[in-house]
Amino acid sequence: MCQVDAEYNDKLDARSPPSGCFRDYFVHKFRAMLGKNRLIFPGEKVLLAVSGGSSSCSMLAQVQQGLSKDAPKKLRFFPGIVHVDEGGVTGQSAEERRRTVAQLESIFRATGFRFYIVPLEEVFCLPGHVLGASCAPPPGSQGDYKAAVDRFIQSTRVGGGSAPSRQGQEEDSSVREAQNLLCQLDTEDPPSGTLTVDPQLTGALQKLFNSVKSLTAKDDLLLTLRQHLVVHTARTQGYSMVMMGDSCSRLAVKLLSNICQGRGASLATDTGFCDCRYGDVGIVRPMRDYSSKEIAFYNRMFGVPSLFIPGLDTKSPDKASIQRLAESFVTRLQADFPSTVSTIYRTSEKLQTAGGSRSADAEPTAKCLLCLCALDTRQAEASAFHATLVSEKLSQKRTPESCPADRPPDGQSCASAGGRCCSSRSPTPTDLKSLLCYSCRLTVQDMTATEFLPPYIVSEAERRMRRSQMEEEIAEFLLPEDDTEEVA
Amino acid sequence: MAASIALRLEFGGGAELLFDGVREHQVTLPSQSEPWDMKQLLVWIKGNLLKERPELFVQGETVRPGILVLINEADWELMGALTYQLQDQDNVVFISTLHGG
Repeated sequence: MCQVDAEYNDKLDARSPPSGCFRDYFVHKFRAMLGKNRLIFPGEKVLLAVSGGSSSCSMLAQVQQGLSKDAPKKLRFFPGIVHVDEGGVTGQSAEERRRTVAQLESIFRATGFRFYIVPLEEVFCLPGHVLGASCAPPPGSQGDYKAAVDRFIQSTRVGGGSAPSRQGQEEDSSVREAQNLLCQLDTEDPPSGTLTVDPQLTGALQKLFNSVKSLTAKDDLLLTLRQHLVVHTARTQGYSMVMMGDSCSRLAVKLLSNICQGRGASLATDTGFCDCRYGDVGIVRPMRDYSSKEIAFYNRMFGVPSLFIPGLDTKSPDKASIQRLAESFVTRLQADFPSTVSTIYRTSEKLQTAGGSRSADAEPTAKCLLCLCALDTRQAEASAFHATLVSEKLSQKRTPESCPADRPPDGQSCASAGGRCCSSRSPTPTDLKSLLCYSCRLTVQDMTATEFLPPYIVSEAERRMRRSQMEEEIAEFLLPEDDTEEVA
Repeated sequence: MAASIALRLEFGGGAELLFDGVREHQVTLPSQSEPWDMKQLLVWIKGNLLKERPELFVQGETVRPGILVLINEADWELMGALTYQLQDQDNVVFISTLHGG
């Protein structure tokens, strides 16, 4: 699909459309996106989050092509693939899930990269520290990046065969690189097609999602759980970066629906190129410059395999959820005004988090429990947020049970770090609210019962509540931070 | 009198869900006095092939925004979109770009 050519030719030769320059343009955009934001250092391990859809499979194909031997200026990182199987939530039968997984496996095996297929039910086995964002190593400056690249090139050129000819050197370096890659390849077989999922966990997952009333909240929860699972996989398998396949159109829709859900404060992290909220694992979005149309054309013309996996909102009407509404709004507007998506995209590029580095060092308690963005709910009296709280209070009938009088007995408050508290009740929505940002509060509020939440969320919530209680108790004994006097 | 036309229709990207999961269809359009064009094809598909939820595929006279149409591997907008006159053995592909990512 080369529109330039069509403009100059009156009759488009429909049987063999010119595709060379489109391919170059597509590949170049990917490389340029990675090269412009010098975040992926050579030799780094990067996990590709592939949902099986057209955008993420296209990303996979780009990475595969960029790492192939005959690519000019090869990419220099080591990829792995992760896929989260959400069949338990979307109501697919075990047979359908196995079939989908088998198809995906054949696609992944063809790439030769290590892959992990993780069922969403594994959120019930996650440890609590997934939500504790560890401090990130500071992102390298430009000088560091260049130095790292030089070092990498040196290390691949060092070795025997000091043949003066350039050809000899190139051969050596390619052999050495192949050896490097071989060392990275795992010799053990990845697990085969039979995805054994504990039916009890599937039942628990379904109970969790059935307790959420609206599709908006379900979508939000699914996204959060999926992201936690991907980050956890990256951490345990030693990957320092995760690549997501969000396309430009998808990010434009996400931007609008996030604003509608009250996530305006974290727009930059949610839609920007790099998402550093998890500290040690960075999330990048290299496909954010491609519209979904370009991706569909590329996949069609160059035979990129992709799957269609039904999601939560498949076949749902336009007004079923905020996300669906935003999507239909943007797509319809785009049909009449083709610059819609790119305008929204350019606007999102200009968004930056105020005081970005500061938020990375902030106390874990100042981050939202679910989405790990900075808590935006400690606002002054004269803010819009406070007004929403007041109107909420006034419009609800206050019953005696809703008073927050059910705190655990103070005498037994366990101050030991990580010690199990004696209270075995799960946190009520009221308790969780103080730990969540505005939009996550809305999601949790939509749940009829919070006891179905996965254990890692509950345990992390309890830990933070205990910690804040402890801080309250010893607050008067702590020296204020701006106190510069030395204690004798 | 235009002769009947044989076409190959393909549905991808999730659009096949509305057609019982069948991605490829070999169809023969009956002969009629005027040549077949895309507008008429859409009406024909809606009447004969579409199994459920027509509003997810067709909107008014044209396809729903977000569904890409390729005629012989080229964007249908280059060929005239709805006014393109179908020829025998044409290959028409409908790819939904709304799902997946």
